[in-house]
Amino acid sequence: MSCDQCREREAVIHLTQIVNEQVTTLHLCERCAAEKGVESPGGVTKTPLGSFLAAMGKGPEQAPVARGSGACSRCGASFQDFRESGRLGCPECYQSFEAPLRDLLRRLHGSTHHMGERYVARGQPIPEQRPQAAELREQLRLAVETENFELAAELRDRLRVAE
Amino acid sequence: MIDLSLLTDGGVGWLDASGPSSHLVLSTRIRLARNLADRVFQGRNSETEREDILAVVERAARDTVLLRRATKFRLDQLDRTDRQLLHERHLVSKELAGLDPDGRVRSGATLLVQDQIGVMLNEEDHLRIQGLHSGFALEAAYGEADRLDAELGQRLAFAFHPEFGYLTSCPTNVGTGLRASVLIHLPGLVLTKEISKVLQGLAQVGLTFRGLYGEGSEVVGNFFQLSNQTTLGSSEHELLDHLGKMVRQVMDYEEQARQVLLRDAPAIIEDKVWRAYGLLRYARALSFDEAMNLLSGVRLGVGVGLIPDVGMYTLNKLLVHTQPAHLAVAEGVTPAEPDLPIRRARFVRKVLESEVGRRG
Repeated sequence: MSCDQCREREAVIHLTQIVNEQVTTLHLCERCAAEKGVESPGGVTKTPLGSFLAAMGKGPEQAPVARGSGACSRCGASFQDFRESGRLGCPECYQSFEAPLRDLLRRLHGSTHHMGERYVARGQPIPEQRPQAAELREQLRLAVETENFELAAELRDRLRVAE
Repeated sequence: MIDLSLLTDGGVGWLDASGPSSHLVLSTRIRLARNLADRVFQGRNSETEREDILAVVERAARDTVLLRRATKFRLDQLDRTDRQLLHERHLVSKELAGLDPDGRVRSGATLLVQDQIGVMLNEEDHLRIQGLHSGFALEAAYGEADRLDAELGQRLAFAFHPEFGYLTSCPTNVGTGLRASVLIHLPGLVLTKEISKVLQGLAQVGLTFRGLYGEGSEVVGNFFQLSNQTTLGSSEHELLDHLGKMVRQVMDYEEQARQVLLRDAPAIIEDKVWRAYGLLRYARALSFDEAMNLLSGVRLGVGVGLIPDVGMYTLNKLLVHTQPAHLAVAEGVTPAEPDLPIRRARFVRKVLESEVGRRG
């Protein structure tokens, strides 16, 4: 079987994922799996982030490390510091290293979008929530039309939270 | 010596076996990671900044309903036995207690706790709000943690990003900052050797497991902490629903495994649980691991109705009080005391004897 990603090398890793109760299986070769942050069972990881961080440092498609000087403008931490410690320096680091972090978050959580409670600090205006709700409502309408009821149920729950 | 009597329930309300499904689930824990917007993260904080964070958060906490009467434990001013005691009660993480082999307790490391709710300060994040409930009670435990989060969030400015959510020092916690864990006893699945399949299945649906003491701890006495792996991309209630559904399924599997054992190997199981009881009742020396494994056997026996004379509460009490720091403090020795296994066996015998005596 050839790799689903590069369609060249032999697939050696078979990754089954269940997302929203949909089962998908990916067949990957060693290299593509590493690029996706998937370790073969024999792989050794020291920290929970080890394999992800190692995978990010490999291959020609490596995301550019931060913009500008490569250090966070607020706390002075570099992306290399994060790679070594697995800890960011300050809240601003999320902006300073946005591109590689976005990539990492997608691999870790399968998403970059916070869907939970919105925080409003005291004295700040409550942010406009409607666009998100409207978008969900549209997705819900489509899901119902296409009779994808599992998705519809999930969207309805999300909509309830959004509203 | 810290005075745990300051805590209304001695900090072990979560072990009273009164919660839902408490024959299988010991406790439910909720943790919310939060950071102050105007500060760098803990790893880059100086000693002065940590003191400052402690002062600012404590002031806010004393102004809330949920932590107004909180008891304060400064881990950095406690000796190792006391820190270990709080860790054994599941009130502080290993990291905050500075119990890692090379670990030192960090300056400013503090716990504020009132009844079932608390907040760890200067942990990996500035605040770790935590709620601990008896039995399987995800919504109740989350509800309380959420209320404290709202109370504190009105008095402090938390680091929040419109897209990424609550910002945490480690990106594995970003978004909701929520880790929900259920401490569950699964001897049936271990004995039928189904456990690895179940744990692999959980990994595929985005859940993870840990040992009795959470992150980085070993599985002892067939206790597993099941929790959500991801914190971003789903709402708090979706994460809780998903974990809850899966835990219920694991509970069903465990019940089925117990039925299979009773059906296919009744004599072996009966011998196993009574043998565990006999050893606890009469042994003259017990290591902690051995005590935990035997307690697991007796708990299974009580759960399937083979051992009628022992209450879940007694088993929970033994679970807590046979831990090294607890036993050492009760006996007035240090956890390194060489005859601790002898003292442990004596303690267990006494508790079980009085239980049987009480029930006639």
